[in-house]
Amino acid sequence: MKDRVLPVATLLWREVVRFLRQRSRLVGAFAQPLVFWFLLGAGLSASFRPPGAPEGTRYVEYSYPGIIALVLLFTAIFATISTVEDRREGFLQGVLVAPVPRWSIVMGQALGGATLALLQGVLLLPLAPFAGISLTPLSLLSVVAVMSLVSFSLTSLGLMIAWRMDSIQGFHAIMNLILIPMWLLSGAFFPSSGVPPWLAWVMRLDPLTYGMAALRRCLYLETPAAVGKVPPLVPSLLITVAFCVLTFLVATVAARRSTA
Amino acid sequence: MPAVEVENLRRLYGTREALGGITFTVSRREIFGLLGPNGGGKTTLFKILSTLMRPTSGNVRVFGHDLASESHAVRRRLGVVFQHPSLDPKLTVMENLQHHGHLYGLWGRALRSQAQALLNRLGLGDRVSDLVETLSGGLQRRTELAKALLHRPDLLLLDEPSTGLDPGARRDFDDYLDYLREQDGVTILLTTHILEEAERCDRVGILQQGKLVAVGAPDDLKEKIGGDVVVIHAQDPEGLQTKIRERFGCEVALVDGTLRMERPRGHEFVREVVDAFPGEVRSVTFGKPTLEDVFIHLTGHRFLSEGTAGGDGS
Repeated sequence: MKDRVLPVATLLWREVVRFLRQRSRLVGAFAQPLVFWFLLGAGLSASFRPPGAPEGTRYVEYSYPGIIALVLLFTAIFATISTVEDRREGFLQGVLVAPVPRWSIVMGQALGGATLALLQGVLLLPLAPFAGISLTPLSLLSVVAVMSLVSFSLTSLGLMIAWRMDSIQGFHAIMNLILIPMWLLSGAFFPSSGVPPWLAWVMRLDPLTYGMAALRRCLYLETPAAVGKVPPLVPSLLITVAFCVLTFLVATVAARRSTA
Repeated sequence: MPAVEVENLRRLYGTREALGGITFTVSRREIFGLLGPNGGGKTTLFKILSTLMRPTSGNVRVFGHDLASESHAVRRRLGVVFQHPSLDPKLTVMENLQHHGHLYGLWGRALRSQAQALLNRLGLGDRVSDLVETLSGGLQRRTELAKALLHRPDLLLLDEPSTGLDPGARRDFDDYLDYLREQDGVTILLTTHILEEAERCDRVGILQQGKLVAVGAPDDLKEKIGGDVVVIHAQDPEGLQTKIRERFGCEVALVDGTLRMERPRGHEFVREVVDAFPGEVRSVTFGKPTLEDVFIHLTGHRFLSEGTAGGDGS
């Protein structure tokens, strides 16, 4: 048991220590979404009328959970992109020749990346009042729990890609073609009500849609009427958990293949 | 039981053959060097031996454990020093060793004191709390070695260990390898493209274009050439090559514009050649054969003729 847990814990801890010693990463993954939020909120507030929500929901409020998801996404990407270089000429070389099963390496990385994403995401929670959302202790707890799940799935998704790549050149294309659209279509940026039917279907197939839905449901845990039209909480949570498991398994397989 | 048994090992990249059927063994407590130019297959062989790559065919056994089916058991007994640093520069020396120890099931106070003792032995005792990125190249290399030795491996694999070390640091490093073998009974397998480093090994395997062209103790390999190696720079190398062949009836190789021949009594031969063809010889050197001569003898190429400075090839 010790042989299994110790490697996971040590890889997780390493990610956190590294992150705290590289302040620029912290700023990069945090400041950019905030700028987005401010500009989008200022620019779209006049034209934005989410259907199904009570009168007067502002865009700053609508996009707040979306910005949280974007912070999680960016941090998860930054945490996983280093995997590519790290295993060719860095610390991971030593990890890969150690008597450690591949799944526990991936688990350590995924938990490490998810912890960083969660830390960054939590920093956004004090801004909830600016979005007009008042959090209770219970909704705060549930929001953090959902953020943990979403962070883990996004980090595993990043690892799934990173373990297949030989250089980081291709990562930007994948980020722009897959990861950013995944975020855009999750309901983070605009609601699915009112979009053309084909787009509504694409949004329904986007796994992040359900992470976003769970996040919205938990933010408005005690005022469900204010949440607007999003998928219900329990199925959303189940799909998010399934997404975590799937991405983790695929990432483990990718890690196994790359050293074979 | 030998430390390492490699049997008919092949590795293809697509259709290109990086390793073409290699067989050799390394005995326990031996320092074995894989010598070859970059691109000769050293890095591929190193990756396979360190469990990072699977061979296309063939077998490798490490202390009797099959590398493919018992990789976990092999990894336990393996210490690896990579060519590219595997230290985390944002962590301290001690933190790097602690993380490494955790991967091998070591932890807590026992791990700390074991790491401290090893670092003291390697002269890093006062740098334990420094970030790795603040250490000099030589000290980073030593930290790398400390990391690879922390879990007391029986077989130490080193990929181009002296890259980036000045001659003093290289000598220290080599002395320490001797010490490890003597004191701890560690078997050492290293790759190198530096002839002086290969000279210091107990046995050397010469790797050229994916084939092992010779295996043996450096002195035995040189013995096979016999006598002296004479090298002549001439005004007209091709012309002189023919003339020497006709006159002395001996094999004369033309390598990179110089004439090379292996003669039992080099000093006498030199005088005879200079007397026989006055004015044609620009300069002559002769001496006991080196590993470079062995390499030329076996392959017909100069060791460093194909732009071998730097890079890691495959």
